[in-house]
Parts: sequence; C-alpha cells; structure tokens
Amino acid sequence: MELYITELSKYFITLFIALYTLECFLVFRFQDEEKRSGCYMRQNILMFLVHFSCFLVICFETGKVEYLLIYVLQLILLFATIVLFRMIYPRGNRLIINNMCMLLSIGFVILGRLSFEKAVKQFLIVTVSIIIGMLIPYFIHRLKFLKSLTWIYAAVGIVAIGIVLILGSTTYGSKISYSIAGVTFQPSEFVKIIFVFFLASALYESHDFMRIVLTAVLAGIYVLILVASRDLGSALIFFVVYVMMVFVATGNWLYLFLGSAGGCGAAVLAYRFFTHVQVRVQAWRDPFACIDDAGYQITQSLFAISSGGWFGLGLFRGTPDSIPFVEADFVFSAIAEELGIAFSMCTILICISCFIMFMNISVRLKDRFYQLIAFGLGVTYIFQVFLTVGGGTKFIPMTGVTLPFISYGGSSVMTTLVMFFIIEGLYIIRQEEGAKRVKKKKKRRRTEYEGSGDEEERQEEE
Amino acid sequence: MKKSGRKKSNRQILTVTYLFVAVFLAMMGYTCHYAVTHRQELINNSYNGRQELFTAQNTRGTIYAAGGQILARTQVGEDGKETREYPYGNLFAHAVGYASNGKYGIEALSNYYLINSNAKLADKVANDMAGEKYPGDNVFTTLDVDLQEIASQSLGIYKGAVMVTEPSTGKILAMVSKPDFDPNQIDDIWDDLIQDEESTVLLNRVTQGLYPPGSTFKIVTALEYIRENPDTYDQYRYQCSGRFTHGEDSISCYHGTVHGSEDFRKSFAKSCNSSFANIGIGLDRARFGDTLKDLLFNEKLPVSFAYNKSSLTIDEDTPDSDIIQAAIGQGTTQITPLHLNMITCAIANGGVLMKPYLVDCVKNYEGNVIRQFNPGTYRRLMTEEEAAALNSLMQEVVKSGTGTKLSGLFYTAAGKTGSAEYNSIKTDSHAWFTGFAPAQDPEICVTIIIEGAGSGGDYAVPIAKRIFDQYFGA
Repeated sequence: MELYITELSKYFITLFIALYTLECFLVFRFQDEEKRSGCYMRQNILMFLVHFSCFLVICFETGKVEYLLIYVLQLILLFATIVLFRMIYPRGNRLIINNMCMLLSIGFVILGRLSFEKAVKQFLIVTVSIIIGMLIPYFIHRLKFLKSLTWIYAAVGIVAIGIVLILGSTTYGSKISYSIAGVTFQPSEFVKIIFVFFLASALYESHDFMRIVLTAVLAGIYVLILVASRDLGSALIFFVVYVMMVFVATGNWLYLFLGSAGGCGAAVLAYRFFTHVQVRVQAWRDPFACIDDAGYQITQSLFAISSGGWFGLGLFRGTPDSIPFVEADFVFSAIAEELGIAFSMCTILICISCFIMFMNISVRLKDRFYQLIAFGLGVTYIFQVFLTVGGGTKFIPMTGVTLPFISYGGSSVMTTLVMFFIIEGLYIIRQEEGAKRVKKKKKRRRTEYEGSGDEEERQEEE
Repeated sequence: MKKSGRKKSNRQILTVTYLFVAVFLAMMGYTCHYAVTHRQELINNSYNGRQELFTAQNTRGTIYAAGGQILARTQVGEDGKETREYPYGNLFAHAVGYASNGKYGIEALSNYYLINSNAKLADKVANDMAGEKYPGDNVFTTLDVDLQEIASQSLGIYKGAVMVTEPSTGKILAMVSKPDFDPNQIDDIWDDLIQDEESTVLLNRVTQGLYPPGSTFKIVTALEYIRENPDTYDQYRYQCSGRFTHGEDSISCYHGTVHGSEDFRKSFAKSCNSSFANIGIGLDRARFGDTLKDLLFNEKLPVSFAYNKSSLTIDEDTPDSDIIQAAIGQGTTQITPLHLNMITCAIANGGVLMKPYLVDCVKNYEGNVIRQFNPGTYRRLMTEEEAAALNSLMQEVVKSGTGTKLSGLFYTAAGKTGSAEYNSIKTDSHAWFTGFAPAQDPEICVTIIIEGAGSGGDYAVPIAKRIFDQYFGA
C-alpha cells in the first residue's frame, strides 16, 4: 500500500508541479491582473495538491501523527496568506504571492522530510515573518522618506556586518552570525536589503562620476568586511548587485564591463592569496580527487542529484542526509534526489518566474528610486539562487549560500519574505501610477480633441 | 530627455534579465545532462552510500552467458542470508569477477544494473507483503562458455591470457587469465592473496597484463612500411644471414635461423628479425610515431572496464639502437593482449575498430529488456587497402610461415606469431599468437599469450586452432 502511494505519487507530484510551473509563465501572456486570475486560481489548486501529495507520502512513510498536525498548520498558514493578502491588497500581484507560497511549501516538505524539529522551527519563523511582512506593502508606499536615508542605510549596513566580524561566532571557518538572547542572527542576510536601498537612494537622482566613486568605496567596504568574515557567497552577491545597479542607474555599458573586469581581477587575487578559495576551486574542478575532505560535500551532493532520476526516489526513500549541511546549503540536491530532477528543475523555473516578474515590475515603475529597488532586489534574489544551485551541481565553485524560501535558516527565509513583500509594495505603487496616468489621460481626452498627441503616450504604455 | 533616459535603463534591465535567464538555462541543461549521464558512475563510487540503499532493497541480479548459462547468482538462505554463487568456479574468475571485498569484472562493470530492480510495481508490492527483497535486474553477457572452457583448458597450468572476440561487432566471446582463483571462496582467500605481494592471481592479464609484443609487433612495423611505400613494398628484397648489424648494435633471428633471400611477404611470414630491423632503420620516425598513435599506443582504449595503456613512443629523436629493437617488438615496448586483439580485430574488420564489450543487454527478472547494448564503431584505424594488405600477409604466415599448424584446415586462418624475449640474460620467451578466421570474411579473432612457454608457432598456434575448431564446429 505504502509502495503504491510512494511510487504513484512520484508521478502525480511531478505532474502537479510541472503544470504549476507552466502557469507561472502562461501568466505573462496577459498584461492585466484581472485576466490572469484563471491562472492564479489553477496555481493555488496545484500548489495545495503538491503540498498534500508530499505530506501524504511523508505520513505513510513515517506513520507519525505529528506530520499530519504540522501539515494542517502549514495548510492554514498558506491558505490564510493567499486569502488575506488578496483581501488587504486587492491591487497586489498574485503571482509573487503564489510563487512565494509554492516555494515555501516545497521548503516545508523537504525540511519535514529531513528533520521534523527543524521543520517546526522554520514554520514558526515563517509564520511570524508573514505576519510582519503583510504590513510592509502598506508602509512602502506611505513612507516617502525612505528615499532620503542614503547615508543612514550605508552606516547601518556596515555597522551590522562589522559587529559580526568583530564579535560574531565562528561556524566552520566563517564568521557570519551572532546571538542576542539565545536567538542567532545572520545579519548579512538582512543587510542585503539595506544595501539595495542604499544604492537605490544614492543613485536614483544623480549618477555623476563622484557619486559612483563614493558608492564604490562604500560598497567596497561591505564586500571587504564580508571577505574578512569569510562569507564569500554574500560578498559575491553584494558585488554583483553593486555592478548591476550602477549599470542600470547610469545606463553606461562601460560600468558593466569595468565591473566584470574588476570582478575577474578580484577573483584571481582571491585565488592567489586565500587558501580557502583555492580549496574551493580545487573541489569544483575535480571533486573526486579530494573526495575525502574538500570534495566530500560536493561529491555527496552529486551522488544525491544523480541517484533520483527524473522522478526521484520518493520521499524517505533516498539518503540525502549523507550530505553535510543538506538542509541549508544543499537542499536543492535533496529535492533532486527524492522528488526528482524534473521537480527540481521546476523549482528553478519558479524562481526564474519570480525574477522575471520582478524585472517586469521594475521596467514599468516610473519612479527611479522604486525602479532601482525592484531591480536590485530581483538581482539579489536570482543571483543567490544561482550561487546555491550552481554550487550544489558543480556548475560553479561552491559558496555556501541558502536557497531562498526553501533552505532551513530563519534569517534567510525572513529576509526573502521581506524582499517579496517590498516588491509587492512597489507593485502597488506602480498600479497607482498607472491608475493616475489613466485618469490623467481620460481627463485630457475629455478636454482635448482626439488627436495624434496621444500616440507617444500609448506607445510608452506598451 | 527624461523619457529617453528611462527607456534606456529599461533596455539595461532587460539585458540583465536575459543574461540571467540564459545562464540559468545553461545551468539547468548542464545539471540534467550531468545527472543522467553520470548516474551509473556516481552510484558505483565507493563513497556513495546509495549502493547499500539499493542492495538493502533488491536482491543482486544474475549474470548469464550468451548461451543462457548462469555465471553468477545470489542464493537467499532461509535465514535471509545471501550468498553469491559462481557455478563455473575458476572458469570466469577474471571476466565475471567478484562482488565482495570490492568489486571486479562484470560484477563491477554492471553493478548498477545488478543492484537495481525494474520489477513491476505489483510484484514489488507482493514482495513487500511477503517481506522479501525485490529481484534485481539480470545481466546478459557476450561470453561463450564453450570457448571459455577450451581456452582455459588449453592454457592448462601455464600463466597467460586468451581473448576471443567478434571483429564485426566487438563482442568479447572469451576472456581467460591464468593463474585464476575461485570467486566462490573469495572471502576466504582474499587476505592471503592481498598479503602475498608477489601474487598476480587477481590481475586480469588480458586487460592489465603488460607484455613485450615480440614479433606480433611486426604487424605494426609492416603497416608503417606499407604506409610509406604503398606501391613499392612488394619490391622489397633482403638477404638474411641470421643476423643484422648496425654499428655496435646487432639483432639476430629467432634461434639464429638464416632465412636467405626474401621479399617483404616472406620476411613477415617467416618473422625474420634481421629483415625487420633493416626495415625499421629506414622508416620515417615521426610518421611511425603518428601510426602508433593511430593504433592507440599510449592512448586510452575505448572500453568500459579497467585496463592498462600500452606504451611505446617513437619520434624523430629515437636513436637507431632503439628503433631496430622496437621494429621487432623488443626493447621497452609493452602491450596488453586486449590492445593487440583490438588491432587484430581492426585488420579483420577492414580497418574499422569496433568497441569491445562484455554486456549484451540487461533484462528485468521477467525478461523484459531494460537496456540493450549495441555494437559501436570506435573509428577507422587504417584504410581498407592497408587492412587487406595486412590480412594477406597474415594469411601467408599460416600458409608458409611460422603459423603452419593452422594450415590445411577447412577454414582459412590468418595471424601472426610472436616469441617475446622478456629476460635479457636467458632466452626464455612468451609465446604469442594473434589472428582470425575465416581469413576472407573473419568471424572470430583470437589473441593468446603463454608466459615463458617458448615459440609462438609451437605453443600459441595450437591453442588458436583448438578455439577455431570449437567455434567452426570441427
């Protein structure tokens, strides 16, 4: 009986997520949120089906009641998030919320399979974060002074990661977290958002050369602090976000090329002078040559990814626990092993769908500050996905960052939630911009004689 | 002005979007490709704990010979204890290998299939109910029990190796290495075999034994000579006095035989060392080096099992003293029987080398084919004309040369003998033969080495005859 459920559910789960993923991209056929509602409805149903089928398997495989309990609680949370968000923000973007819930539920499933205790902890953090997050869109479009806090952002960010460097606890060679009253924080996660706000506010009005130099110096301080803390993954994210944001703010291709060249130069220097960088590159080039130490994690990850095949071994049928830190850095490999390569590819595609929506919103925002924020957060998000998936699959050297929403880690999941809710806020701002525009247009139409003057305007709308 | 600035930055945003999407597509393609193509290799890695996962779930599958005989199977006792049985004992020791104390042979090669189960879901459920493991998939090899038996018997107590293949497909029909062992007792004899550093019992001499090729190498020298003199090699003449002298170096013919006046054909058939040393000294060394590369010396071989690379390098700087040794297959040259067999197969197959393989197909326990391995062309090693010329030379060896023990039969064989001296003090030699039959349309290809037996014509050729007789049903 269990076997029937595990074996058959593999195909159903894959089918459900594939259909969900398809809807993720079909959504972009329509410009109008109203017309998209059919897609959103189907997405919601498919998401609950994936979540349900996975927990059905988990319950049968473990035979434990507590999994049923946490399933019901998760179900309530996801359902409430979707319904409440729609009620509070009728103008919000439902694709972002749907994808957020889908990725969260994938995270719940895989963490539930890896460690019940961690799944519970993660669930609590997600619940609190969502409650806080729900308020963010409201504040984003009310608090106009956010634009003018440039130097405060810079200072807060540097202090936050600076404190960790000085006082933080060292875990596995990296100083990335510190504890207050028993709760461990990883400030580099939150600072990602502050960093994007800092760059957006510094660059949205003017981007003359002096300003670029000034931001470069400050961004350099961020990156150097992180390099000193040996948090290479975050350092890389900050660097890439900086280059990309300057490129978009100035519209100057030279900065993109300079940034890339500088990045390559820095990478070469890092490789020359830091042994831990050399070790990671070695482990990437030939992990099997150093399978006993540096290559252990990555080879175990490759074993996991390849063992599942397209449809996976089934939940609780593989041994993803053999990868050290599987629930944080290598959760993608665990997904590939037990839920299948097809499922894991869908997961990546959902992340890409989020990213495209972020970029879409960014392009449409009229306000430069908000535009840069949407862009910066989008790049932060997708680059982090790239680092963790690419690292786990030996596409690029391993950097040890988390897979947003899915990996275990309170700071990570909270930060990503905040990011998504900020984007929702920006989307609502953009909707209002659009509404104002339409109103203005209508007014003009009424007063003016129908003429060719509107042509330009219309084109821009497209 | 402001409007155009905004549009411009939109273009940048779109560029970044496309950039990331492209990188992600590349990464996804790479990941899928890597995971699917490396699956077996990764599961077979000893650091991968998933092997135990599969062995705990499935009973190891059975290995069959081409004729359907069982070569290895797992018996489950009443207490659930599993024992791996090898009904033929020593006979397939190296070819089939063993599955404990590390894995070897086909047991290692097809481990992935043997530990997987493609049983029907309903049957798996039934097994679950009964508390039994699922039946693992079965592996059907290309090995022929009769040929294997003849080859093994013929070697007798000698150390050595025999490899029999089908040149048109690359199927390996027999693979014998002696001394051998009983894989049924591998657990008991393991420690002794490992501790005895002198012992080479576990070594598969066919694929890993490195020997001086002796006169069988004249095939390669002849090919190079034909390449350099495509139209005139027939006009070659040499007067053999039993010894070739060049400066301080000298080469003598086997047992000092004087071959007298001879052409290229006779030099090859009689395996005249003096004549070949004479040919060797006149060869273009750079081109010789290229030919060696064509024939896979110092190169990887297209096989999926463990082997050793043959070694011989010739280039412009190779001194005369080395080239005359190399031309007759002495000196530092080393070759595996597997590699020599592959070269012979290419000649038999009109110049094209087929990849040698041992596993024909994998079936689930009900006999449904899970995976079929088809013959695969590796590449052309020589032109059709070159292959035909060598084939003709090798027929002459049987007709009038060192391989006459194979002449006058109802099939026409072709081949080359070799007596490789492996000891610079004594005149002991390994007996080699590599050849095929029928010469016009080759069906099987045989390579034999008997360590320290004497001349190839006297010791290796008769074994080839027994194998050919068995195959053609004499």
